[in-house]
Formats: sequence, C-alpha cells, structure tokens
Amino acid sequence: MVAELCVIATKLVVLVTSLTLVVLSMVWIERKFLARLQERLGPTVVGPFGLLQPVADALKLLVKEDLIPALSDKLLFWLAPIVVFVPSYLVWVTIPFARTTAVRNLETGLFYITAFSVLSIVGLVMAGWGSANKYAILGGLRSAAQLISYEIPIIMVVIAVVMLPQSMNLVTIVQDQRTIPYAALQPLGLMVFLIAGVAEVGRTPFDIYVAESEVMGGPFIEYSGAHWAVFFLAEYVNTFTIAVMVALLFLGGWSFPFMPDVAWLSFLWVALKAYLVFLVILWFRGTFPRLRIDQLMSFAWKVMIPLSFVNLVTTGVYLFYGWPKWTLTLMSLAVTVAVIYIIYRRMTWSARVTAEERLARARAYKRVEATDVR
Amino acid sequence: MTVEQQLDSLELMVNVGPQHPATHGVFRMVLWIDGERIVDVEPHIGYLHRGTEKICENEQYSQIITLFDRLDYIANFNNEWVVCMAAEKLMSTEVPDRAQYIRTILCELNRIASHLLFYGTFALDAGAMSPVMYAFRERERIQQIFEATSGARLMHNYFRIGGVKEDVPADFVQRITAALDPIKATIEEADRLVTFNEVFLARSRDVGTIDGKTAVALGFTGPNMRASGVDFDVRRAAPYAIYDRFDFNVPLGDRGDCWDRFWVRIREMEESVKIVEQALKQMQEGPIMAPTRRISRPPKGEVYVHAENPRGDFGVYLVSNGGDRPYRLKIRPPSFCNLMSLKHMMRDAYVADAIMILGSIDIVLGEVDR
Repeated sequence: MVAELCVIATKLVVLVTSLTLVVLSMVWIERKFLARLQERLGPTVVGPFGLLQPVADALKLLVKEDLIPALSDKLLFWLAPIVVFVPSYLVWVTIPFARTTAVRNLETGLFYITAFSVLSIVGLVMAGWGSANKYAILGGLRSAAQLISYEIPIIMVVIAVVMLPQSMNLVTIVQDQRTIPYAALQPLGLMVFLIAGVAEVGRTPFDIYVAESEVMGGPFIEYSGAHWAVFFLAEYVNTFTIAVMVALLFLGGWSFPFMPDVAWLSFLWVALKAYLVFLVILWFRGTFPRLRIDQLMSFAWKVMIPLSFVNLVTTGVYLFYGWPKWTLTLMSLAVTVAVIYIIYRRMTWSARVTAEERLARARAYKRVEATDVR
Repeated sequence: MTVEQQLDSLELMVNVGPQHPATHGVFRMVLWIDGERIVDVEPHIGYLHRGTEKICENEQYSQIITLFDRLDYIANFNNEWVVCMAAEKLMSTEVPDRAQYIRTILCELNRIASHLLFYGTFALDAGAMSPVMYAFRERERIQQIFEATSGARLMHNYFRIGGVKEDVPADFVQRITAALDPIKATIEEADRLVTFNEVFLARSRDVGTIDGKTAVALGFTGPNMRASGVDFDVRRAAPYAIYDRFDFNVPLGDRGDCWDRFWVRIREMEESVKIVEQALKQMQEGPIMAPTRRISRPPKGEVYVHAENPRGDFGVYLVSNGGDRPYRLKIRPPSFCNLMSLKHMMRDAYVADAIMILGSIDIVLGEVDR
C-alpha cells in the first residue's frame, strides 16, 4: 500500500515537473516562432538563442509584487487561479505518452478528461467577478459563454472517436490507430476538434475573453506576480493538452508505420506530433484576426455543433452497415471540403468580386473638363 | 410589469481610454453597455490640446510651419503643405516646378506611410498581430527617405513658403524607386493576409455602417467619406498644386462600413504609388525656392485653402492684416470632423465593434485636439 502510494507520488512529481518544463519550452517556441513569422528575432539575450528567457520571465513573475485590488472579493480572487490550475493538471493523470506510461490509465479516460477540462470555466468566471473590474467582468462572462459553447462540439467529436475502437481508454484508442490514424478516417472530426480546441484554450482567432484591444486581458487584468503566473501556466498546459489530444485521438499517438514499440520512441513521437499541432495553433495566432463574441457563438451553434453531429452520424452509418474504411474518409472529407468552400464563397469570394467591380468603376471615371470648380 | 422591469438591471458604464491600448492616443470614450451591446457613447477629447491656433497668431509665418508638423503627426508633410499653400496664395507666390514635384512626391509618400500605419493598427484592433510588423517594415523605408531629405524622421519642418528648405539628396529618385517595389508587394500581401480574410471580413463587413448622405451631413471627408460612396477627392475635384498633371483613380466604397474604409485606404496606397512614379518621371532640375523675402508679410486679406490629407479634407483659413504674423488662423482638422459621427456609427454596435469603428475612422489625436 505504502509502496504503491510512493510510486504514484513519484509519478505525480515527475508529471508536474515535466509539464512545467514543457510549458517553458512552449513559451520559448511561441516567442521565437511568432517572432520569425513577423520578421523579428524574438528573445536572443538570455542564454543561447534566448533559451533561458522563459526561466527569466518566470523568475520575474515570482518576485513581482502580488497586487490584490482593494475592492476585490479576496476569497474569489485568491481561489480563481487555483481553480483554473488544478483541473488543467488533473487531466494529465490519465493521458498516456506511451503504451505503458501513464500515471493511472483509466478505462474511462476520455470521459475523465472532458469532465475535468470543463471545470476551469468556473475559475475564469470567479476571476472575472472577484477582480471587481468592469473589463474583467466582461471577459469572465465572455469566457463562460465561449467555453461552454465549444465544449459541446468537443464532446461530440470525442464520442465519434470513441465509437471507432469502442473504448474510452486512450491506450486502446491509440493502439487501434496502428494501421491507419483517425485523421484519415475523420478529417471532419479533426477539423472540428482542432478549431473547438483552440477556442477552448482561448487562443487567436478565439482569444475573445482575453482580447487585448478590447477588454485588455479580460479576467486576468487585475492579476500580477505569482497569481498571474499560475493562470499563465494553466493556459499553456491547456494548450498542450489540446495539442496532445489531437496527437492521440487523430494523429495516431505513438504509433508510426514500421516503428518498434519502444517507450522512448513513443515519447518522441507523441511530443513531435503535439508540438507540430502547437505550431499550427501558433500559425493561426500569427495570421488571423479575432472573431466577435456573437460571431463566435453563432459559429459554435450553427457550424461547429451541426458539423460534429454530422461527424457522429457518418461514423454511426459507417459502423452500422460495416462499410469499408474509405467510405468514412470520403463522407467526412466531402463534408469538410463543402464547408470550407461555402465559407470561402460567402466571405472571400464575394468580397473579391465586389472589390473588382468597384475598381472597374473607378477606372471608368471620366474627368469633366472646362468647368473651373476652384 | 415584465420580468425585465422587475429585475433591477443597470447599464454598465465602461471607460475606454485615455490609457486604453486601442484608442490610438489620448482619446477617451465612455461606453454605456447592455451586455455586449453599446447603448450610448460619449467621446472626451482635449487631452492633447496645445492651443496651436492661438500660438500661430504669435509666431512669424516661417515659424508656424513647424507647429503644423505637430498636428497630424503621422502625415506631417501634408500639413506643412497646406499652411504654405495658404500663405503663398495670399502673397500670389509662384512656387517653382521642382519644388512642387518634391512636395507632391513627399506628400504622397507620406500618405502611403500614414495608410500603412492604419493598415497595421487596424489589423491590431481586429486582433491580428502580424500585419503591424509588416506595415512598420515598409513604413521604415519611407521614413528613411524622409530622414535623408529633411533631416528628421518625424517633425520634418522641410517645406517653406515659396518652396522647400533645400534640394533633395542626389540619390532621391533611386531611393524611392527602390522602396516602391517592396511597398507594392506589401499592399498585395495586405490583401491576401487581411483584406479578404474570412475572419476579418466577418468582423468588419456591415460594422459601423454610414450612408453617403449622413456621412456628408456629419462632416466626413477623405477616405471615410469615399468609403460611403461619395465621390469627392480634393486632388481631383479641385486640383491644387500640380495634381492635374497626374493620372490616378479614386476608389470608392458603397456600403460605408469598416471594411470599405479599410479597402479604400489600401487602394489609395496603390494610387499614391502611381502618382509618385509619374512625378518621379516628370520631375526636372530647377530652382526649389521662389524668390521671396526672408520674412513673409502677406498682404491684408483672407484665404481658405484645403487639401486632401491622408485623413481627409485638411483646411486652413488664414486672415492677414499685413503683418509678419497671421491675424487669425483657423484649422479644419479632418480627424476632428470625422470623429463627429462616432455616436451615429456606434449605435447598437457590439463592444468589440466600438474598437473597430474607432480604428476605422483613423484619428490622430494631435489633430483632433490641436
């Protein structure tokens, strides 16, 4: 009993430490990658290639004065970072990095993860309310609306994934992808999961509750020092969770064609895939503007949720009739392409047509001579 | 009583500015919001008031020019030009051709620089953080040309009554030709990255709409007015200086929303590039200063001169009593007049739209407050 507890405690310590290290590496990658996208250098001074910059940032945050606004609800203000932080680490208990490596591999792992990832909403609303700041309240309420709405498509996609191997155990799900990753079977599911996941962690183009140019950090506006660092840590861990979930659920996790099932190789593959997904998320951040809250909501309820249901139904049809695998790929891909085309046609294409018409009109202008308007 | 009436609900008053990052300077607006909807907005200006018009009455004409640099500090050359034109018109000074070309080239470059800044900051308002870097990269090329020409990056004080301070550097033409190609490439990039981006379209289409009639009634000028479909560009409607020698289009919007205002400005950069290219070809050697006295003393009289600045119709009303200082100088700043429609456009908008609408008007507080 004691020995078992010791093993679990060691595993937890290793997990928390490595997650914190992952966050530091993510901060460095984000700053460097984004800087390169924007023709900047990013951090260069602290350590080689600025590698120690995240460490310096973390130290700065820890020694900074931890301000608590006089009018704030002290209890809520203190608790909010913890309420956001704890669930973001808790989900990692069951996320496997190799076939045999997880703190506790649960049979209902996916259910556990989705259940705990919802909890952080409470913390954000608490932070928004407890700060006694109007911007924070706006941000907190926005985060509640946003995160609850995008939780639904995520759950729907997860259900569709669970239907394929008939298991909620993440190890089983990944082992089932040894021949063909689910990304090839459910491209629609991958798209919906990635978009909803980005919305879930509040990153561009869905960084609505932290929008710097509108609510200036939203729920985090009054936080400083260690409290803010905890929020920061939770945010990055959540982002990494989404990246790893994409890697595990859709990109085949540690499985790779012709590769031996070795623990350290498994770690490498999962990390590689997760960091690639993270780079895609950063790419979004370097490219997209931000949506508005009502557009975000209508996108969730009118596009993402119907699409996730379509994903569910196609998977169900495929399973019920026992069709070959490529039929599911075809159905899913067709819907994905159709949706992207409709959005392109309605937005970009129509705007380009308008612009061309206007330019033609401007070119056709004839100057009226002889009248002296001066 | 309905449930809504029984519940004691208040509108939330949110103070945006003067330290808010999205107000583009020391502008403050008080928003009354109901959820995410704006019920009312009250703009507060005056944080940057320096009494320029009054100071002008106490300074000699040559000393006024530098004050105009500080009005619209994104488009300094354009401001300088208007006050020089006003004094020249009053004194009936014929500005030499070369000086006119130098002025036109610098002002059109300044228009590009100003619109580039708008492109960057508006994208930033919309939440895209990369375009501002690209915009500043191109703006820097123009700034370096300005620095080489006038000696200053920001407050140039380069135009004089009757011409310009000194001749341009020897590699002026090469410098500009070399800078124009990457600028053109960046304008195309702006289209691919922002203008026709789905998210950007969703954010700016049909936001802050204002029709042409209301736009004119509320004092809109410049790209803002043209975005509402009103075909009026001072450069073409009442060509001043040498603008009748160039061939350029005036792009017009039709809906008058934020996207139209953005699109018109991006297209105007292209037209300015065209004007600069033509002016570089036409420019000849020659004097750069009309034979004038060191201290200008315009004859008794009054004059109103206006020009197409990047932000709109910039006017100067100058009254002289024959002395070496203006008797009265009234400035019509386009930013200030464009700001009048804020309330109209923000009616029933979302909080996020408020930032977009304010950004799309493209105000410069130095000009609003004077």
